Amino acid sequence: MKNIECTNDFVIRFANVNGSGSASANNLFAKAVFRMGVPVSPKNIFPSNIQGLPTWYEVRINEQGYLGRHGDVDMVVAMNGQTMKKDYDGLLPGGYFLYDSSRKLSEQYGRDDVALIGIPLTQLCNDAFENPKMRGLLKNIIYVGALAFLLDMELEVLTSSVEKQYRKKSKLIPPNLKALQLGYDYARENYRGVCKLAISRRDKVGDAIIIDGNAATGLGALYAGATVVGWYPITPSTSVIESFGRYADRFRRETETGQLKAAIVQAEDELAALGIVIGASWNGARAFTATSGPGVSLMSEFLGLAYFAEIPAVLVNVQRTGPSTGMPTRTQQGDILSCGYASHGDTKQVLLFPCNPKECFDMTADAFDLAERLQTPVIVMSDLDLGMNDHMSPPLGWDDSRIYDRGKVFDKDQLEELGDSWGRYLDVDGDGIGYRTYPGTHPTKGAYFTRGTSHDEYSKYTEESGAYEQNMQRLLQKWETARELVPASEITVNDETAAVGMLYYGTSTDAALEAVDQLKEQGIVINTLRIKAFPFQHDVKKFIRQHDLVYVVEQNRDGQMKTLLINDFGIQPDKLASVLHYDGLPITARIISSAICAVITNKGGKA
Amino acid sequence: MTFFRPSFRHPDLPPNESGYYLKDYEGGISTLCAGCGHDSTNAAIIQACFELSIPPHKIAKISGIGCSSKSPAYLLGKAHGFNSVHGRMPSIVTGANMANRDLLYLGISGDGDTASIGMGQFAHAVRRNLNMVYIMMNNGCYGLTKGQYSATADKGSVGKKGDPNLLESIDLCEIAIQLGAGFVGRSFSGDKRQLVPMLKAAMSHTGMAFIDVISPCVTFNNTPGSTKSYHWVREHSEATNTFDYVPFKQEITTDYEDGVTESVVLHDSSVIHLHKTDSSIHVTDRRQAVDALEEHKKKGLILTGVLYIDPDSEDTHHILNTSQQPLNTLGEKDLCPGNEALQSINESCR
Repeated sequence: MKNIECTNDFVIRFANVNGSGSASANNLFAKAVFRMGVPVSPKNIFPSNIQGLPTWYEVRINEQGYLGRHGDVDMVVAMNGQTMKKDYDGLLPGGYFLYDSSRKLSEQYGRDDVALIGIPLTQLCNDAFENPKMRGLLKNIIYVGALAFLLDMELEVLTSSVEKQYRKKSKLIPPNLKALQLGYDYARENYRGVCKLAISRRDKVGDAIIIDGNAATGLGALYAGATVVGWYPITPSTSVIESFGRYADRFRRETETGQLKAAIVQAEDELAALGIVIGASWNGARAFTATSGPGVSLMSEFLGLAYFAEIPAVLVNVQRTGPSTGMPTRTQQGDILSCGYASHGDTKQVLLFPCNPKECFDMTADAFDLAERLQTPVIVMSDLDLGMNDHMSPPLGWDDSRIYDRGKVFDKDQLEELGDSWGRYLDVDGDGIGYRTYPGTHPTKGAYFTRGTSHDEYSKYTEESGAYEQNMQRLLQKWETARELVPASEITVNDETAAVGMLYYGTSTDAALEAVDQLKEQGIVINTLRIKAFPFQHDVKKFIRQHDLVYVVEQNRDGQMKTLLINDFGIQPDKLASVLHYDGLPITARIISSAICAVITNKGGKA
Repeated sequence: MTFFRPSFRHPDLPPNESGYYLKDYEGGISTLCAGCGHDSTNAAIIQACFELSIPPHKIAKISGIGCSSKSPAYLLGKAHGFNSVHGRMPSIVTGANMANRDLLYLGISGDGDTASIGMGQFAHAVRRNLNMVYIMMNNGCYGLTKGQYSATADKGSVGKKGDPNLLESIDLCEIAIQLGAGFVGRSFSGDKRQLVPMLKAAMSHTGMAFIDVISPCVTFNNTPGSTKSYHWVREHSEATNTFDYVPFKQEITTDYEDGVTESVVLHDSSVIHLHKTDSSIHVTDRRQAVDALEEHKKKGLILTGVLYIDPDSEDTHHILNTSQQPLNTLGEKDLCPGNEALQSINESCR
């Protein structure tokens, strides 16, 4: 059996034990690929555990720039005895199996279509290093060194990455460099010419950066001027707050006093976390929280209050696999409906769907403007795949002339001129949005009573049916205003006459775009639209109308976005077909293209 | 329960030091039952704010859900109010306070709103020693849903429906002391002489000032067998102290016998002189405060007065080391690091 021969287009799966320090070694590898100018997409598949359970790090290397999960594995770096056999069995025919040959491999590992690459990692490590604690960590670096040789990488990229990574702990540089060299030399002496996979320098990453979505989200909130954070720890959203805190510490400390121009309050639960946000926003500060599905369930009560009392709030939902506690460390787009219609009664919440870290940054920053303009909650719908994995992304940017849109707020002078006609919920501009005031603004004018009970235009309690209905209608008017303000969809027309279209959003993007190319190779040309927000812009409706059949690609079981589309636009359900994937791992292009291809082939027709 | 309030005020009523009249602190017409303890408590709040000369618009009044939580509508009409959701007032106040540290935050809640559905939020607002006055109007029952017992109802107390309460009661003052509130007091809506100065002292305190105001429900829990009735409370309350609250502007003099008066200086230099029946009790001693509450409970008595003060307590802003400038006054220049900093962050991600 011939082994796989390929340059810059394959997948390596690192199988590790959680808590063994493999993350930094694997990261080092992925970063080195990126620094060789080759697009790379690492995905951490980790357990809900701190130490001991299996964890995988899947690195897709693809010079064409396809960054979605591939699904196949060309090479395994087997560092976990618990999963070793399964990892071995999962390899593609012709694949490569790198293992620690300090212990002999049993007879079970007898595939004749797999190249075994045994490196005595433990033995090499024990011979070279004294410190037992360091040994475990350096063992990981040794396999990275071996990979460098096997994949024909530039060793100096790795060595300079080590130097960069440990520049603040320079004592760690020499042992790490030594470990790299050990692995490299061993592979060179024993496996010359065995591995036909290669990574070769290209110039395909441009000015891209590698960053995880949560770091970019936290940074977006910082740039947008968030000052109050209420939060409760929950995977996979915690690092959003950590990112905000880290950058606040760097950029928001007053030099003279050392005091922070932000208040980050770790609350007792998600209810309080959103309560803090609402209290702060009501009082004129920009505030946000980050959570995941279980948190959204708890926050639904307050989301209803903020919707009805019309208080801005920014919520980042880093979705994970539900229902209930579900799979806390796996990804899903499963909260579309629970967020879109969060809370009892007639409520609709504004949702934004970022697809990469740059959009995490931009949309989080925009969410504050939108929330204050619309005086309503805005939910940034990230997910675990986007939030916790490193992604190649266009660089982040900020327009220094940008002014925060604080929405319709009367200051003291405006209140002075106003007379007595002001009503908090009076729609004077016809966009469904009234003018608000912050507490403490004016000695005699502008005070009002905020309430979650039914209220008239002057925020007085009312049980009058007419006043209630009028208020609810105005909220619908505001919803139409939101439709105009949310980010526009991304539409790609590949063929004006194509009968088939595809809608996708968020982290399905990489896989969806790759699927379009795969379909094209099979002679199926489709047009695409990426949904960026709810309420849907009118162009979404137009796109659906222009096609006979529109696929909706999403990572949940029930086709939640499809339901939302049918509800919001009154679309005939049979016009939309779901392509669904919900096993907790990121969707792949093959899942999408084969689902679409199967339907079209069955119909015997052309797209 | 009046639907009409005469607008006539005696022309000679004097303004306070800030130039506001008592009517400037009033609110809308109460829709609570005639004789409701909450109305008296509201009147005491109005009086305390007036006497302290706090500009009404520098107060934010925030509540949860329930009879007591309706109160913010009936007082301080020139202050912003927020009637939030059930049991969640403390988190709203936390956020509001983080946004602007310069206002006075009055949190108004009830025993259902605090001791049951809001127990978590209450406990954690106390733990973070949020700078607010937390007024818990305590009638031992749920009025708006027609008289079910609440978690502060005493075991064995009998309300209007006739069956005794079978569950242990929660003493929120004890819990507040244990969780680190810097000011804890208990009073009675029918005792304005005690309640008004207590509220004033609480407003001068920096940090969590928790006041449990026993405030009888005339409709559902003012029965002969209830331990939260007007009659019972009058007959069974014992004051741990009487006290004078002296705003910091006044000269401090004391005529009381040595060893019987204890003076506590608050953050804003106001002083509370406590005139005690027992000179060995120190209001700044946490353990004594809890002991005294338990001992009175054992005797079937309700201990009122200022129960505990920690004049050196540090509030949330102090703990978090936040800027002295109210965060809601900061703009782009203070908050946004700009594109150059962002480009260097980009560079570190390559």
